[in-house]
Amino acid sequence: MDKEFRIPIWFFIGALLGIYGLLILCSGLYGLVHPPERQVALSYLHADIWWGVLLLVIGIVYVRKFRPNR
Amino acid sequence: MISYPPLALAAVPPSRLLSLSFIDVLIIVIYFVVVLAIGFYLKKYTSTGEDFFMAGRKMTAWIAGLSFISANLSSLETMGWSAMSYQYGMLGAHAYLIGAIPAILFLAVVMMPFYYICRTHSVPGYLKLRYGEPSRALAGISFTFMTVLVCGVNMFAMAKVMQIILGWNIHFSIWVSSVTVAIYVALGGLLSAVFNEVLQFFLIWLGSLLIPVLGIIEAGGWRNMMASINAQHPGQNFTSLWANLGSAADNPMGMHWTGMVFGLGLAISFGYWCTDFLQVQRVMAARNLRAAQNGTIIGAALKMMVPLIVTIPGLLGLAVLTQKSGITLVPESVAQATGGHSYNEVLPLMMARYLGPGLLGLGVTSMIAGFMSGMAGNVSAFATVWTYDVYRPLLNKTAGDSHYVSMGRWCSIFGVFIAIATAYAAMLFSNILVYLQVLVMFFIVPLFGTVVLGMLWKRATPAAGFWGFLSGILSSITMFIYVHTLPGSFDASALNPEHVRYIALSPLAKDMAVNMFGGLWSLLVCVLVTVAVSLFTRPKPDSELANLVYGLTPLPREGPSVWYENPKIWAAVVAVVLVAVNIIFW
Repeated sequence: MDKEFRIPIWFFIGALLGIYGLLILCSGLYGLVHPPERQVALSYLHADIWWGVLLLVIGIVYVRKFRPNR
Repeated sequence: MISYPPLALAAVPPSRLLSLSFIDVLIIVIYFVVVLAIGFYLKKYTSTGEDFFMAGRKMTAWIAGLSFISANLSSLETMGWSAMSYQYGMLGAHAYLIGAIPAILFLAVVMMPFYYICRTHSVPGYLKLRYGEPSRALAGISFTFMTVLVCGVNMFAMAKVMQIILGWNIHFSIWVSSVTVAIYVALGGLLSAVFNEVLQFFLIWLGSLLIPVLGIIEAGGWRNMMASINAQHPGQNFTSLWANLGSAADNPMGMHWTGMVFGLGLAISFGYWCTDFLQVQRVMAARNLRAAQNGTIIGAALKMMVPLIVTIPGLLGLAVLTQKSGITLVPESVAQATGGHSYNEVLPLMMARYLGPGLLGLGVTSMIAGFMSGMAGNVSAFATVWTYDVYRPLLNKTAGDSHYVSMGRWCSIFGVFIAIATAYAAMLFSNILVYLQVLVMFFIVPLFGTVVLGMLWKRATPAAGFWGFLSGILSSITMFIYVHTLPGSFDASALNPEHVRYIALSPLAKDMAVNMFGGLWSLLVCVLVTVAVSLFTRPKPDSELANLVYGLTPLPREGPSVWYENPKIWAAVVAVVLVAVNIIFW
């Protein structure tokens, strides 16, 4: 199916996850410097930073592998 | 949640669990932009009816499987079954195990060849070929009716979540999400719905998975979470899959194991997964039979993992919320009277507990994606069945392909507007998922009886197909009215224990248990009537049943394949894992 479309669905997924990962990672890093007023449970684990990195890595892999006209 | 009229709902002042930061709002906005962009991008690929209604029948097994399971991961799944897990404990996980996997595997191995080989566009279309026009018309009309109702429940659930979490106006949420779905489905049809469902699958998982991960860390591991639940609920067994089903008095659902096995595991599950066209449409659009079967099995494997993001948050609610936040969830009617939190809020509350800025935006987006994938699934299935099984055979038989594509686009939009109206009226039942169960029991369960007899028994006659299906529907509705009839009145949100004892075999049975047994009886009625009528009416000759019935349908040879592409091997693997999971969590 993907071969028939110039932009495969996997590219859309990679791009969106990459953008989300970057935004969440930046938000987590900002939170290290300026902790938010509302602290969530287990905030000391900094889930936003490592989850942001995970999304970013998945996004980059998908974008590279499924970029249009590859 | 659903016990007050729409106007009263609108008057409820917005209560807010959370405030979104700028980055959270940005994440949500980007999601809407991307799904609309996909719809506009795909419009040029949907010029024929085959493209618009069946995605060109070009999907790979993975895309079909992800779409198959994503269309089912709607708000009713995430919110409803989390609420069920809070109410009934581990019993809520049965919806993903015995309540799904055997049926999905049966669809893949036994039924899919018939659906695929006869090249029909829909499940009602199969009935036309097997039984004739009356059965198709009955199935088509009842399916379109059910679809828009379910779609309306989806919309309402999403809007309610947005109101609870964010204080958003309920009407704003309904209109923004539904118009977005209407646009992208109207532009790209099933193709657009499938593309977005695959995207939504990733978002749902990546936005939801952190809650069980962090929750189990906070609870001190799985064993400590279970120990905490048992300690906080002495005398009640919330932590077993089967051990508490020996008697209706031993579990919070009021359910006996026979209801779970035969009601949920056979009647409702097989009805939903094997004949609900919303689900079947996704895998029927695969590029060949092997891809359709493997896509279905991929869906089964993924379905078994959904308790991670649905059941565990409900259990965490039992283990953590009261102990660490002092919050105890109550039924919706009590929550409304006291200002407390209802069962249906367990997932948003867990989200509020663990997700900070950025992650919260992703979590909210995952819920919106879940709502929208469910809505899009309903809308695309509605468009297909309406166009091919109601409009074309009954209203306009001679139009060209482009006319039917145009009809599909317009009725996608029209279906959404009917669903919006339904959303404001869908507020009668004590739990949002019970609403879906009732609809499934009414229409889909008898449909399964009719279809499976048609596939496996060539003696089943056209008249028997119609009357069996109709009697199944009528018996469902009769049982529903009977159990909700109180002395001197009828109340759709209350059960009469004196009547329940005859349907669910125990006066202690709750809504879910009553629906499971009701599904079983309606399936039996359908099968018995179909068999009885068949014995007294004339069957179709074998020549008219080729490619429709077991024994008269030669499977096409699809060429040699490596062992790991064999659907039967993977179906066996999934079945073994299912048995193992049930034993481990017995």
